Amino acid sequence: MVNATMTPLGIQLDNVSHGYDIGGRFTPVLENVNLNIAPGEFIALLGPSGCGKSTLLRLVAGLEAPHAGRILADGAPITGPGPDRIVMFQDPTLYPWRSVRANVALSQDISGRVDNAAVDATIAMVGLQGFERAWPHQLSGGMAQRAALARALVNNPRLLILDEPLGKLDSLTRLTMQTELLRLWQDRGFTVIMVTHDVEEALLLATRVITFSSRPASVVSDINIDLPYHRHRDDPHLLALRRDILVQLGHSADW
Amino acid sequence: MTQTTSFPIHDIDTVPEAAISPRKAWPSGLLPWLAGPAWFVAAFVTWFWPDADDFPATDSLAIVFAIMGIILVPAALLRRFSAKAPWMIALALGFAAWEGVQAKLLLLPRPFFGTPQDLLDVFMTDWHKLGDSLLHSLGLLAVGYITGSLLGIAIGVGLGRSARFRYWVQPVIRLVGPLPPVALLPLAFVIIPSSWAASEALMALASAFPVIVLTWSGISAVDPAYYDVARTMGARDRFLVFRVALPAAAPQIFVGLFMGLGMSFAMLVVAEMLGVKSGLGFYMQWAQGWAAYPNMYAALVVMSLMCTGLITILFRIRDRILGWQKDGLKW
Ligand SMILES: Nc1ncnc2c1ncn2[C@@H]1O[C@H](COP(=O)(O)OP(=O)(O)O)[C@@H](O)[C@H]1O
Ligand SMILES: [Mg+2]
Repeated sequence: MVNATMTPLGIQLDNVSHGYDIGGRFTPVLENVNLNIAPGEFIALLGPSGCGKSTLLRLVAGLEAPHAGRILADGAPITGPGPDRIVMFQDPTLYPWRSVRANVALSQDISGRVDNAAVDATIAMVGLQGFERAWPHQLSGGMAQRAALARALVNNPRLLILDEPLGKLDSLTRLTMQTELLRLWQDRGFTVIMVTHDVEEALLLATRVITFSSRPASVVSDINIDLPYHRHRDDPHLLALRRDILVQLGHSADW
Repeated sequence: MTQTTSFPIHDIDTVPEAAISPRKAWPSGLLPWLAGPAWFVAAFVTWFWPDADDFPATDSLAIVFAIMGIILVPAALLRRFSAKAPWMIALALGFAAWEGVQAKLLLLPRPFFGTPQDLLDVFMTDWHKLGDSLLHSLGLLAVGYITGSLLGIAIGVGLGRSARFRYWVQPVIRLVGPLPPVALLPLAFVIIPSSWAASEALMALASAFPVIVLTWSGISAVDPAYYDVARTMGARDRFLVFRVALPAAAPQIFVGLFMGLGMSFAMLVVAEMLGVKSGLGFYMQWAQGWAAYPNMYAALVVMSLMCTGLITILFRIRDRILGWQKDGLKW
C-alpha cells in the first residue's frame, strides 16, 4: 500500500505575514515568520492561544495565501491546497453522512484513484477494523480521531499538518495516539508540523520545538531536541528543556 | 434509522423502537383474532338488515366486508399484524355504524350524507374516470413539483455559496417568494397561453419557495471545516457542492421538499378547479356541480390517498438518503 516513491516534503517560510479584518479593523496575526523545515522533520509549534498557529498551518496547507512573504514546498511556491499536504484538525470533522470507510476513502473519491487495499490497510493500522460500516456518530472521541488520522494517511502524504490533533482526547487515549503517531512517522518518514498546547507532548515527539510570541506571532525560539526515541517523560534533560520552554511562553521559572 | 450495523454499538439515549410500538400498547393476544370477526359483523349488518331506501351496491358492499373478514382471520397469525389489529377492528365497527345510521335508518339529511354503498357504487361504475383523473393530477403535479424542487435546490445552493448570485437573486426571492402562488393564478392564465403551462409554472413556483429557503439555510449552516477537509485533499467546486454541501444540507433540504410538496398539492387543486379541465380537482368541481356527492367523496378519498402516498414516498427516499442520521421522524 505504501507508495515506495514517497519523499518527505521540505517547507520554507520567507518573511511570512498575514492578518484578518476583525470588526472592520485589520489585525496582524503573523509577522515576519521565517522557518526552514527539512524533509522528514517532526516539528512541534507552541505558542499562546490565539497567537496565529492555526493560521500558519492554513497558509502551509494552501487554504489561504499569505498577505506578504513566500511559502515554498520543495522550493516551489504553494499556490493552493494539494493532496501531498494533508491537514488533520483538532476536531475529527468526519462527514456524518459517510461511513467510517467512506470517510477514510475521501481523498481517493476526490482524486478518482481508488485503492481499496490501501483503505483497508489504513483502517487496520489505526485499529478500526470491524467499524468500517459504522457512522461517525457511533464512534467514541478517540475512535473518531483515529478515523481522521486514517483519512489523512491513506494516500501517503508527504507532509502531515496536525492542529492540536490530540487536544480533546482523554489522557490515556492520548498516550496511545502519541505512540502511534511516532511509530507512523518513523515507518513512513513524512514531514510533520504539529501544533500542540502540551509542552511535554512536543518534547516527547518532535525533533524540533518552535515557540511563538503572542499575536502577531513571530518565532521566539527554535530548539533541536537531540534525544533518541523512545523518550521518557522523566528524563532530566527533557525536564530542563520543558522548564526553559515554559519560561519562553511566559511562565515564571519556579512554576 | 434504517441502516443497521453488524456490531454492537448502541447509543444510550436512543429509545429502542420496540418500547414505543403499539404492540406494547396492546399486550392482549386475543385482539388480532377479533379483527376478522369484526368485519363479518359489518358484512352481516349490511346484508341482512334491509336498506331504508333503494341503494345501489349493497350486496357488493357486504361481499367486500366479508372478504376483508376472510383475509384478516389468518392474518392474526402474523406477528406484524397484531399492531394493526386495533385499527382494523375500529374500522370495521365504524363502517358497520355508518351503515346502520345512514343506509338502514337514514338518520342524516340525504343527498349530502351518503352511504358506504353509494361510495362503493361510484368506485365500481366510475373507476375509469376516477383513475383517469388521478393520472392527470399526478402528471400535472409531477412536472410542476419536480421542476420546482430541482430549481429550488439549485437556487438555494447559489444563494448559499455565491455572494454575487445572492446580491441579484435574494431581493427577487424576498419579493416573489412569500406571495401565495394562488394570487398569481388570474395573471398566469392571462399571460401564459395554455392553462396547463400556467398551472405547471405556478406549481413549480409554489414548491420552489420552501425548497429555496431551506436549501439556502442548510447550505449556509455547513461547517466550513467540512470544506477545508476536502479542499486540502484537492477537491474542486464541483465536489464541494455535490459531495459536501448538498449531503451536509440534505436534512434541511428534505424539510423544504416536504413543505414544497404540500404547497404543490394546494396549487394542484386550485389549478384544476379553476383552469385545467382534467384531474381530481376538476372531477370534484364537476361532481359538486351536479350535486353528485358520492362522486365528490370518492374523488376526495382518491386525492387523500394520492397525497399521503406521495408524502410516504418522499419520506422513504429521505430515510434511505438520511440513514446516517441519529434519529429522524417516522412518517
Ligand atoms: N477567518 C478568520 N477571520 C478573522 N479572524 C481570524 C480568522 N482566523 C483566525 N482569526 C484570528 O486570528 C488570530 C489567530 O487565530 P489562530 O491562528 O486560530 O490562533 P491559534 O494560535 O490559537 O491557533 C485570532 O485572534 C483569531 O481571532
Ligand atoms: Mg488553533
